[in-house]
Amino acid sequence: MYEFFCNFNSISIKESKNGMSVEIIDKPMTKLNFAKSGVKDKLEKHNVKASVKNFNFYYSDTQALKNINLEIKDNTVTGIIGPSGCGKSTFLRCFNRMNDTIPQIRYEGEILIDGTNIFNSELDVVDLRRNVGMVFQKSNPFPKSIYANIAYGLKINGIKDKSFIAEKVEKSLKDAALWDEVKDRLNKSAFALSGGQQQRLCIARALAVEPDVLLLDEPASALDPIATAKIEELVHELKKNYTIIIVTHNMQQAARVSDYTAFFMMGELIEFDLTNKIFTNPTNKITEDYVTGRFG
Amino acid sequence: MNNKSITQFFGFGLLRLCIVLVLSALAVILYDIFHKGGAIISWEFVSEMPKKGMTEGGIFPAIIGTFYLTIITALLSIPLGMGCAIYLHEYSKGGKIARLIRMSIRNLSGVPSIVYGLFGVVIFVQFLQLDTSILSAGLTLGLMTLPWTITASEEALKNVPQSYRDGSLALGATRWQSIRTNVLPYSIPGMLTGAVLGLSRAAGETAPILFTGAAFFLPFLPKSFSDQFMALPYHLYIMATQHHAIDKVRPIAYGTALVLIVLIFCMNFFAILIRYRLRKVKME
Repeated sequence: MYEFFCNFNSISIKESKNGMSVEIIDKPMTKLNFAKSGVKDKLEKHNVKASVKNFNFYYSDTQALKNINLEIKDNTVTGIIGPSGCGKSTFLRCFNRMNDTIPQIRYEGEILIDGTNIFNSELDVVDLRRNVGMVFQKSNPFPKSIYANIAYGLKINGIKDKSFIAEKVEKSLKDAALWDEVKDRLNKSAFALSGGQQQRLCIARALAVEPDVLLLDEPASALDPIATAKIEELVHELKKNYTIIIVTHNMQQAARVSDYTAFFMMGELIEFDLTNKIFTNPTNKITEDYVTGRFG
Repeated sequence: MNNKSITQFFGFGLLRLCIVLVLSALAVILYDIFHKGGAIISWEFVSEMPKKGMTEGGIFPAIIGTFYLTIITALLSIPLGMGCAIYLHEYSKGGKIARLIRMSIRNLSGVPSIVYGLFGVVIFVQFLQLDTSILSAGLTLGLMTLPWTITASEEALKNVPQSYRDGSLALGATRWQSIRTNVLPYSIPGMLTGAVLGLSRAAGETAPILFTGAAFFLPFLPKSFSDQFMALPYHLYIMATQHHAIDKVRPIAYGTALVLIVLIFCMNFFAILIRYRLRKVKME
């Protein structure tokens, strides 16, 4: 898997030097597109990882999410799309209860992960967040070395064994396709990395604590096309081991990386289906208008 | 020159004048003190006891007194101030009570220092029976500097990006872990700088120690924190206004002022130094 990554990276960079980088991004990566016949049957064999039931969310008096119902299958990528302010980031941040840090929020309904309601008062939110990793829109490396950034999550979870941490750092960086680029400067500041590398560092940091579910909040919105392609390739690779929910502004990106797509508008889930269906034959007129670029 | 550039010329000229006025006021003060106080400064002046009714000799006990006093002030105001700031900024964000507390703290920093002095007498000297002592005076000064320490510490916490907190929470850190490992290390330089600047202001205060422990003259050094003490600002006040031979001791007054100013400059310089050093270490 690792070799494969290196090959891919070198190819994409080479092509970019020939001025072809834009094409790589704009044409749908057929390799990433599942939309072939029989895929639907294959996807339906996946177990349900998380299910959202009659979920409402409020910021003090404003209702941000209205009666959301959907199911997320394990080892798939679910894309969340919609115009700005439609509640997609809010929805994503419900899965690891990051919204809890905001005062005066309120929710109704349930989100079950592996059958457990994450709003259950007996559930420890710290355990939940270890299990449901998150990568933010703006890459947020800590002002530490590359190594210390990855080791951070292990240390706060009480792991002291140095050789275990070292192995884990290497594995996480390899899984995030960053190892080759940083292996000679693990003790240098993470701020010295490029934007795309910083974002992959944040993914590696999330992977190090071994979550089941990975939440990606517009992980490539601040990156150039080549860095974006790397992140997308990475997402495709990671779904072998993780259940991924990705919020994106970019509809081509959703089409490229996700198996399922949820379209949100004004806090409502307008349509949720296989990505291929959403982009080629949506049931709802609003969805069609949005994915064909008539508004948004 | 057209109209616009004339306006600009006078506008900038006015702003420059403001700067020159401020700087020249500072320069005059510094020149006066260094010129008149410099002559008396010698090793004996800073290392000997006052002699002959304080008309001769040094100001050693006042230096030591101010030193001890600052220690007590620091011990009270730094940990307490940082703790309050961490609670206010990290735990009680946005609540009405937090806003009320914060407003009270801002108002406290505007309370005249003589009022703190009276408060110190009532609480520390009389109620807690600590007597007039270094302890009473230090605690009074500590209370007085608390609002500054809290405000400076909160500012330092505000400067740590929210993404550091979110990032570590998302990895399964508890709130305290996130604060301890990913917020405090980056805010402590700012907190300490604010605290030391507060201390340097406290070291120059006269009113709060006036009734709580500072002595006119003591022929010995304080042996414990429950002794009375001499302190530089109070000594200066006495030498300038209360002494029986004011004209004769004028040079000593200027010398005291000089020592006090140099001491406070040193503290401020030290504050900048720790900020610089800690910031450099953390960014590695």
